[in-house]
Amino acid sequence: MNIILIAIGALVVLALVFGAILGFAAIRFKVEGNPIVDQLDALLPQTQCGQCSYPGCRPYAEAIAQGDEKINKCPPGGESTINAIADLLGVDPEPLDAEHGEEKDVKLLAVIREDECIGCTKCIQACPVDAILGAAKQMHTVIAKECTGCDLCVEPCPVDCIDMVPVEQTMQTWHWEKPSQIIATDKVKAA
Amino acid sequence: MKPIQLHDFSGGIHPNENKIQSTTLEILDAKIPEKLILPIAQHIGAPSKPIVNPGDIVLKGQLIAQGEDFVSCNLHAPTSGVIGDITQKSVPHQSNMAALCIEIITDGKDKWVKHQGVENYLQADASQLIEKIQQAGITGLGGAGFPTHVKASIPASKIDTLIINAAECEPYITADDLLMREHAHEIIQGIEILCQILKPKQCIIGIENNKPQAIETLQNSISSLANNSHHIQVASIPTKYPSGGEKQLIQILTGNEVPNGGLPADIGIVLQNVGTAYAIYQAIAKGEPLISRITTVTGDACDQPRNFRVLLGTQVKDLLTQANTNLKKTSRLIMGGPMMGVTLQDAEVPVVKTTNCIIAASKHELPNPAMEQACIRCGMCTQACPAQLLPQQLYWFAKSSNLDQAKAHNIGDCIECGACSYVCPSNIPLVQYYRFAKGEIKQAHADKIKSDGAKKRFDTRTARLEREIAEKEAKRKARAEAAAKKQADKKAELAKNPAPSEPAPQVDIEALQKKLDATKMAIEKSKAKLAEAQATNSAKVELLQGALEKAQAKMKDIALTISQAKKDAKSPAGTNTEKSSVKVEATDVIEGLKQKVLAAKTRMEKAQERLNMAKEQNLDTVDALQLGVNKQKEKLDAAQKNLEEAAQ
Amino acid sequence: MKLLNISSPHTSRPGNTGNVMRRVILATIPGILALTYFFGPGHLIQIAIAASVALGCEASILRLRNKPVMFNLLDYSALLTAILLALSLPPYAPFWVTIVATAFSIIVAKHLYGGLGQNPFNPAMVGFALVLVSFPVAMTTSWSAPTELLENGISFSQALELIFASREHIDAITMATPLDVYKHQVGIETASEILTNPIFTDTSSPATATGWIWVNLGFLLGGIIMLSRGIFTWHIPVSLLGTLTLLSLLIGWDNDQYVPLSLHMLAGATMLGTFFIATDPVTASTTPLGKIIYGAGIGSLIYVIRTWGSYPDAVAFAVLLMNFAAPFIDQYTQPRTYGHTKAVRGLAKKD
Repeated sequence: MNIILIAIGALVVLALVFGAILGFAAIRFKVEGNPIVDQLDALLPQTQCGQCSYPGCRPYAEAIAQGDEKINKCPPGGESTINAIADLLGVDPEPLDAEHGEEKDVKLLAVIREDECIGCTKCIQACPVDAILGAAKQMHTVIAKECTGCDLCVEPCPVDCIDMVPVEQTMQTWHWEKPSQIIATDKVKAA
Repeated sequence: MKPIQLHDFSGGIHPNENKIQSTTLEILDAKIPEKLILPIAQHIGAPSKPIVNPGDIVLKGQLIAQGEDFVSCNLHAPTSGVIGDITQKSVPHQSNMAALCIEIITDGKDKWVKHQGVENYLQADASQLIEKIQQAGITGLGGAGFPTHVKASIPASKIDTLIINAAECEPYITADDLLMREHAHEIIQGIEILCQILKPKQCIIGIENNKPQAIETLQNSISSLANNSHHIQVASIPTKYPSGGEKQLIQILTGNEVPNGGLPADIGIVLQNVGTAYAIYQAIAKGEPLISRITTVTGDACDQPRNFRVLLGTQVKDLLTQANTNLKKTSRLIMGGPMMGVTLQDAEVPVVKTTNCIIAASKHELPNPAMEQACIRCGMCTQACPAQLLPQQLYWFAKSSNLDQAKAHNIGDCIECGACSYVCPSNIPLVQYYRFAKGEIKQAHADKIKSDGAKKRFDTRTARLEREIAEKEAKRKARAEAAAKKQADKKAELAKNPAPSEPAPQVDIEALQKKLDATKMAIEKSKAKLAEAQATNSAKVELLQGALEKAQAKMKDIALTISQAKKDAKSPAGTNTEKSSVKVEATDVIEGLKQKVLAAKTRMEKAQERLNMAKEQNLDTVDALQLGVNKQKEKLDAAQKNLEEAAQ
Repeated sequence: MKLLNISSPHTSRPGNTGNVMRRVILATIPGILALTYFFGPGHLIQIAIAASVALGCEASILRLRNKPVMFNLLDYSALLTAILLALSLPPYAPFWVTIVATAFSIIVAKHLYGGLGQNPFNPAMVGFALVLVSFPVAMTTSWSAPTELLENGISFSQALELIFASREHIDAITMATPLDVYKHQVGIETASEILTNPIFTDTSSPATATGWIWVNLGFLLGGIIMLSRGIFTWHIPVSLLGTLTLLSLLIGWDNDQYVPLSLHMLAGATMLGTFFIATDPVTASTTPLGKIIYGAGIGSLIYVIRTWGSYPDAVAFAVLLMNFAAPFIDQYTQPRTYGHTKAVRGLAKKD
């Protein structure tokens, strides 16, 4: 009987000690805010295009952090972003949800055909990063350096004068591709 | 002068030298080709800007493109002729892309522009010498192409060692070797000029021991100097690839390492290629700008491999012809050496300032690359790496696109010398993996900067929109409060004094009038646009018509509002008199009614006037004004009726 | 002319992975000759069984993985694994022991981890450890006595019978290994008494075992040949043997209490393990300092397990245990890059 009481007593004491340590750690090392949202936001491409059906990248990050949202809704981020988010959260990566758009191979830039612009400012209001310069009844033009290619300005334009043009590769942006491992049988077939 | 103590760098390889093929003949002046193609960007830094136009006649050595920034370089015409076109042409770059080139159609006369060297250059002022070097458009001729005047501009107080890179460690290349054999005296003079500028405590020429003749000629030239005041000496180093790399040669000759992210100047060293020293001599002593260089043409497909003094801009095919090259036998055309050279897709590209070698290799000589096998982690690459990296780890990271780890393991320090790929038993193209990873890292960095900027703009915009909404709210509130206050004040005033206040409606009318004018103008414009669209029968006709109708409706509303406001303004007594009519005595009634009739008459006349004016101008406000006139008439009749009734 | 458009460098050392593996296989020949001369043809038969099973398994897995079969078989890695495994196993182990060991090492220890270059554990040692633990009787009672000690030696047909068919007469030719004998008698008898066992050449010090000394010297020769050809660097063999020597001299200097150093070095699988197993590049550490630590770790574990563990020969387990540690050792022993003041330690942290 004694032994049982001693055993129970020892376990209770251990539980109290470890409980106290954990409680202390919970308070002493408490992290303010939700750092996971910031980390997720840092992984997203900041195009603010809304293709994920959220008004910007941070609201999408917040939704994912709350656990409500799938991680495969960002076409500009593409597969690499999905993998990075999956890595961060420790979940399985999923293929990009085609419903929200497709990952484009080339970056696109919006270009306004200035002859046709009527100066209605609708595109200026639509651009999430204020990359369009202009005023009412004045010429509108896209600041190419700031344009993220999000596509949101094309629809509101009443005269449909905005084109999405692929960005050209220059000698400064060119780089080698990863060596492809063509297996011997493929090489023989191709020859 | 004590002999230099040599150190060693870790790793390195000993590939077959293959230099004997091109060292049997002396340097030959290449024939002047029919046309020269000169890219404006043959150096590190901002491309130069052409200052000639197609059709201009140029002389040999004439400036044809001006370096724009400090880190940029001038370009001169290598021979006399006429400027052809200045367009995009294919240039020797691994991407096989085109860049802006100045074409010169040569006239064969090879006439020099007036030029003159610096007198007494060994006593000249350093800044004068540097300026002359800059004007001559000299870049590093070892392969990197860094503008020489920038390196020469490093303050002399910081420099204690000048190293001349005569190692030429890469197989096949013998351009510097032959240059030293034939022009040792000029090279030593060039070195003296550099010493005059940089004033180092010692000057070492680092040369590999596989060039005994060059070592001899250099030493003879140094011995023949009147006084070796700058302590120039030749240091013969063991032959190993890549001992000619800047960082490696510094380590061999001084035992020090260039700090990460820094320059040799940080440890008091300036390194120049021996060919650059020769070009400096030509520029300072004779006033000749950089218009030619020594290039080795070699390879199995060449019948007569040798070194040429070739004019910049000569197309590779012209050089290959002069070396009797069998193009059919050529399976790989390389500009540079076999370890770091770039493959050319055609022989149309020109020789540029950094072209030290052309290899026309047969399939037997440089066989097609073998199939990549699995990495067996043998570690031979680690043993060979001169930068003390772990190529194997970098390979795994680059292969899995793990850019963070690759960066953390110092992939940026890789000099892409190719020693690791050379030794790999599994034939893995390691250098290509690293180039891919480096490119991705650079792109990811640029993307990050862009996305950070986009995020900032988005946040600023969101804040701006919120601020605007908040301001509107505040204004609305303030207005509501002011209106409420006004109401309260009015009530209080009415209690004291029933006199109405007029100004408020007046302001409204002015604002509304302005709006009306604006809308009128807009309608004019859209009418014009509609006419145009109808003329061209464009698809926008419907759109514009819709817009026009909208604008017209808007204008009607505004006109109505104005007339209503004006009416109210003119007869505020109407509303108040209703209130205070209770107090009016019976005897005043007739007087009041008389006044009403008068007032109504004037209003109607005014309305009629306006209507007539509108009718004349054929404005769209006609209908609205007509309505107004009718209303006024009714009111007038009503008022007169009232008067008659009251008078009875 | 159709010109190639590829990245530099445009030249490389001749040869491929197959050449390296072939050289290693050739370097085992001195040891195999010694084994056959002193212990009969058992090992040759085991090599034949193991090689055929290994190549067969590798070919079928490669086909399953849709990889080119001949191209990958010609890198000789499966053959090398089979040979090393066959040399580690007792010469007269039943054929099914060899088959199980080989199949497991090729299929599970090599291909299930991703194939050549991707396995964290030495496949031959994994196969050996598996059968040692699963079939202890077959493994411990199949060691051959040196043929000098047997009246009639061992004929080829006898060997075939023992391996494939009935094992009735196995006791006639088997004998415990020298390490086994010494280890179990130490503490009970003095050194000179133990050495009277016929398996030892003579009773004088240093103790040597008949036949085993030549086998180990054969593998040592093979190892030195490979070292001179640059197949591997000196770090692992030197640190392994050095640590083993050091521990043996420091702790086990008393021959009456502990197995003597000469037996540690020249009896058992020490030389085979040092030059052919521990230096396997895929599973060993790759940085120079890392290799020294790795070799030292194996050396100490060999001594520890042999002295205080229950197994007389411990190379397999020592190697496998250090294989666990090799990636970690690699991360913390990276050389300092040119121009940096400190070496990179560990993997990059996420910021």
